Amino acid sequence: MARYVVTRLVQLFVISFIISVVTFLLVHLLPGDPTVVILGPNDTPTARHELLQQLGLNKSLPAQYWTWISNVLRGNLGQSFLTRQTVTNALSVAVPIDIELIIVSQIIALAVAIPLALVAALRPNRIFDRSATTSSFAMLSLPTFVAGPILVLIFAVHAQAVPATGFVRLSGGLGQNLKSVILPSVVLAIGSIAVYYRLLRADLIATLQEDFVTMARAKGMSTPYILVRHVLRPSSFSLLASAGLAIGSLFTGAFVVEALFQLPGVGYQLVQAIYSNDYLMVQGMALVAAIAFVVVNFGADLTLTFLDPRVRRA
Amino acid sequence: MPDVFPILPPVTRELATVEPGAAGLLAAGAVTGATARRVARKGFGAVFWVCGGWILLMILLALLAPVLPLTDPGYQNYSAVNAGPSIHHLLGTDELGRDLLSRIIFGSRVSLVIGFVPVAIGLAIGGTMGLLAGYRGGIADHAFNALSFVILAFPALLAIIVIEEFWGRSLGKLVILFAFVATPQLFRVMRATTLSFANREFVVAARALGATTRRILFKELVPNVIPAAASFALIGVAIAIVLEGSLAYLGLSIRLPTPSLGNIINGGVSISELSTDPYIALWPSLYIFLLLTALNLMSDRLRAAFDVREGRL
Repeated sequence: MARYVVTRLVQLFVISFIISVVTFLLVHLLPGDPTVVILGPNDTPTARHELLQQLGLNKSLPAQYWTWISNVLRGNLGQSFLTRQTVTNALSVAVPIDIELIIVSQIIALAVAIPLALVAALRPNRIFDRSATTSSFAMLSLPTFVAGPILVLIFAVHAQAVPATGFVRLSGGLGQNLKSVILPSVVLAIGSIAVYYRLLRADLIATLQEDFVTMARAKGMSTPYILVRHVLRPSSFSLLASAGLAIGSLFTGAFVVEALFQLPGVGYQLVQAIYSNDYLMVQGMALVAAIAFVVVNFGADLTLTFLDPRVRRA
Repeated sequence: MPDVFPILPPVTRELATVEPGAAGLLAAGAVTGATARRVARKGFGAVFWVCGGWILLMILLALLAPVLPLTDPGYQNYSAVNAGPSIHHLLGTDELGRDLLSRIIFGSRVSLVIGFVPVAIGLAIGGTMGLLAGYRGGIADHAFNALSFVILAFPALLAIIVIEEFWGRSLGKLVILFAFVATPQLFRVMRATTLSFANREFVVAARALGATTRRILFKELVPNVIPAAASFALIGVAIAIVLEGSLAYLGLSIRLPTPSLGNIINGGVSISELSTDPYIALWPSLYIFLLLTALNLMSDRLRAAFDVREGRL
């Protein structure tokens, strides 16, 4: 076990190092003189001096990387030369929005997928199972940028039940806050619902054929009791595995949702920085986002290993 | 009796870290042996051919777009702004009076190129390497395997939008970036599938009979690994189309005014457009939905017909 964790930790460090090198090299992909491109309209002598100091462009590549990475490790992710906002500052505003979006969408996804799968698995290939499975296929074919506008049309434009765009912080009241994230969360949840439903349904059908289920039935236990107490837990492993690993991909899936609903999360801010060609902002955010993605997946993987020792041997 | 805990295979687990949907699509292939035998007796079934025909029709429309009697996708007809469907504009027009049918067909060219070309490149490079690595093993196998792990550790959408921001944006560069993401995935699928066949009796028998490596690879292994690769490649196309659509929706794919499905949708989702003329966003959405459904169903039927289980990948 300890050996497995150490191996994975080493992998984590190697991958994080590669990510940092690639992110660092991005600036050198810019055409022409990077300082001119980065400074844009803000090309004053003081700003230029500051930028040269920060990037150390007159030094060798390894020395430049050293300057950059030691700044990053001290928590200084650089700042925008267009808006003067620091990357850390922008992220501290944006990250909570992503976290809320992901948590709410996952609660919705599990709350829909688990009951659906339970009912469908009880009578496979009957009318309920068939319609639920077909709908899950349809859900897999509904990318966020297709589902989003349709739901906005129904719930924000016609029913006017929720606001179409904008974000209300928790300080603006829980009700208002939830109202502003509920529709984006549902859009984000659609893909997860389909995935979770399919995984859980397949596992439930397998578990329901086990002898201990027949035994429980013979003892006269009610079907709902058997399903929830005996069958759900041994069937939920793939669901947990997929849910844990989905967090990372939900984070990029949220990019489109944030753009559609104008929620100022990481994806929205990153895309805004790209629109204004705010290169250092993009670089800093990309570094944090990519490392966070890798770390979250690592955490999910490790948790699964603790839950099921068979993964370790695989 | 199926496993009580069908553990997600490594490939599925890695995919789950790359894009939403992929893991689910693979997991969807839990087919029983009976189903597989039924499908094998009946061929691929009507669904497969209907979906295949639909995709082929869409490809033909996209290829023939310049010679079809369509209005120029950029032509602005000011006498028919936000018009509903009519004989002149079968699907109506957008807020600038541009013909929607024509814009969707021309827009689909970007989606289809970015859907199919990178996956084909990935299949050619990654698939071949996976076949060789899976059969031969050795240092090269370890090296490519580690490399594919590193590439797959990056979040694909983030990597693509950030790299193209610094590198520049064009159809060619997008195809290269997409192929770069697709190659390691197809490598892993091919490698894992090949590994599962490499020591089966018929391969060992062929080797004992003195068959050349080339013969074993092409006559014994390729026919057996093709179904898994094809089924996976179709999902790959669907994923690439979704990714391109997301990029286009964010305004980060091909530059305007070239139409692409994502940017047509984006043009139609402002609140005023959605309340006055929802069809601008709905028609391209329907196109993408039908295309993805066809790809997903084809892949699913293929998997059922050959009984490709995720456990084998």
